Amino acid sequence: MKIGVLALQGDFREHLHAIALCGEEGIEVRRASELDTCDAFILPGGESTAIALLARNYDLIEPIRARIESGMPTYGSCAGMILLADRLVDGAPGQQTFGGIDMTVRRNAFGRQVDSFESTLSFNSHSLHAVFIRAPWVEDVGSSVEVISTVTTSDGKSHPVAVRQSHLLATSFHPELTQDQAVHRYFIDEVCKSR
Amino acid sequence: MSQETGTARVKRGMAEMLKGGVIMDVVNAEQAKIAEDAGAVAVMALERVPADIRAQGGVARMSDPDMIEKIQATVSIPVMAKVRIGHFVEAQILESLGVDYIDESEVLTPADYINHVDKWNFKIPFVCGATNLGEALRRINEGAAMIRSKGEAGTGDVSNAMSHMRSIGGDIRRLTSMREDELYVAAKEMQAPYALVKEVAETGKLPVVLFTAGGIATPADAALMMQMGADGVFIGSGIFKSGNPAHRAAACVKATTFYNDAKVLADVSRGLGDAMVGINVADIPVPHRLAERGW
Repeated sequence: MKIGVLALQGDFREHLHAIALCGEEGIEVRRASELDTCDAFILPGGESTAIALLARNYDLIEPIRARIESGMPTYGSCAGMILLADRLVDGAPGQQTFGGIDMTVRRNAFGRQVDSFESTLSFNSHSLHAVFIRAPWVEDVGSSVEVISTVTTSDGKSHPVAVRQSHLLATSFHPELTQDQAVHRYFIDEVCKSR
Repeated sequence: MSQETGTARVKRGMAEMLKGGVIMDVVNAEQAKIAEDAGAVAVMALERVPADIRAQGGVARMSDPDMIEKIQATVSIPVMAKVRIGHFVEAQILESLGVDYIDESEVLTPADYINHVDKWNFKIPFVCGATNLGEALRRINEGAAMIRSKGEAGTGDVSNAMSHMRSIGGDIRRLTSMREDELYVAAKEMQAPYALVKEVAETGKLPVVLFTAGGIATPADAALMMQMGADGVFIGSGIFKSGNPAHRAAACVKATTFYNDAKVLADVSRGLGDAMVGINVADIPVPHRLAERGW
């Protein structure tokens, strides 16, 4: 299986490294022709505004939307979660997403960099150390979206930080920054191969 | 569930998210908006761009908190700001404002000619300049979570950025080819902690993200630095001292993503209008060169 990683900006190399550790082939995707060769796709962490702008400039938005709609397994971390959201709160004015997951995502929901944190959470009955950097959270989800992990903030409220809707997976946190490939393996074994 | 903030991993991880991007110097909210709209991954808020600091002289200090907060309120991308080398109180002030990254910068007038800020004391990550590997590792040892090669700020002359990137890259390559028993002397010679020297020798890269700064004025300059191994670029005076900042900013962003594609680089280099006039680094007397600041 060939997994493309959108390589316009952000930590795409770390995702490629995680893919290699899982024994799959990863390629950098900057053009629609490269996307065409992929069986699955990852949207990395980075600045969602910059990634969306570059995608628009290079006519990638429609090809990516079309592949997501036609069932290509796709995983987004942090900025990637924002890009997979059907609806945004606190986005930059006019900020575009690829969409696909029936959810509302709040950008920079946990705050600025001073509020970035590490925490242990439960992911698919696996204990996972997760890194959140200026991270978004999921504000609300449609009925077809499964919430996999949540984080409880100091006000006692619980917020989804990992969600799945059929062939689409999104996390607020960055598994690619840790040595634990559990999320990438889940994407490859459960999300990609169940199709 | 415990949540830990200000760890080395979240500080260094923040810089990972900026990779492949352009960080632009801005002096007001309007410029910050132009930078964000052009696809900048972050902005550096400062009162005078390096070219003006150089031209006007005088002591250059941390920016007015009002100005920084206006920029924070205007853009949704990360906002960075500069403190003078060794001025830990300016750093405390910027931390209280919630800036996303602090640049302990040689572009401002140093506050301490011996020590840098002890950056481990802060929850906010720091980026610091370096001209060679020893300097970079000394900054990382003090807690820097990101390094930028210094270049010569405010000149539009890319030659020093080039020599600093070659120096850092060359030193890293030399370390990876050394016998283990030679690393002790290498650490002594580059005046860097042995543990970090050994880590670089083993991994073949810095333990933090490495950007380039100082003298980048065109899309081709940005791509040159990316091909030299930079993880991303800072553009200071190069954008807002040029004829058409919005156009040039967007062109530099594209050049940083497609740095290996000469066709794209040719495309984005067309019709940019006047680049900043610039000064040749060779014409600046040594005592006025900013890259010499840092110890």
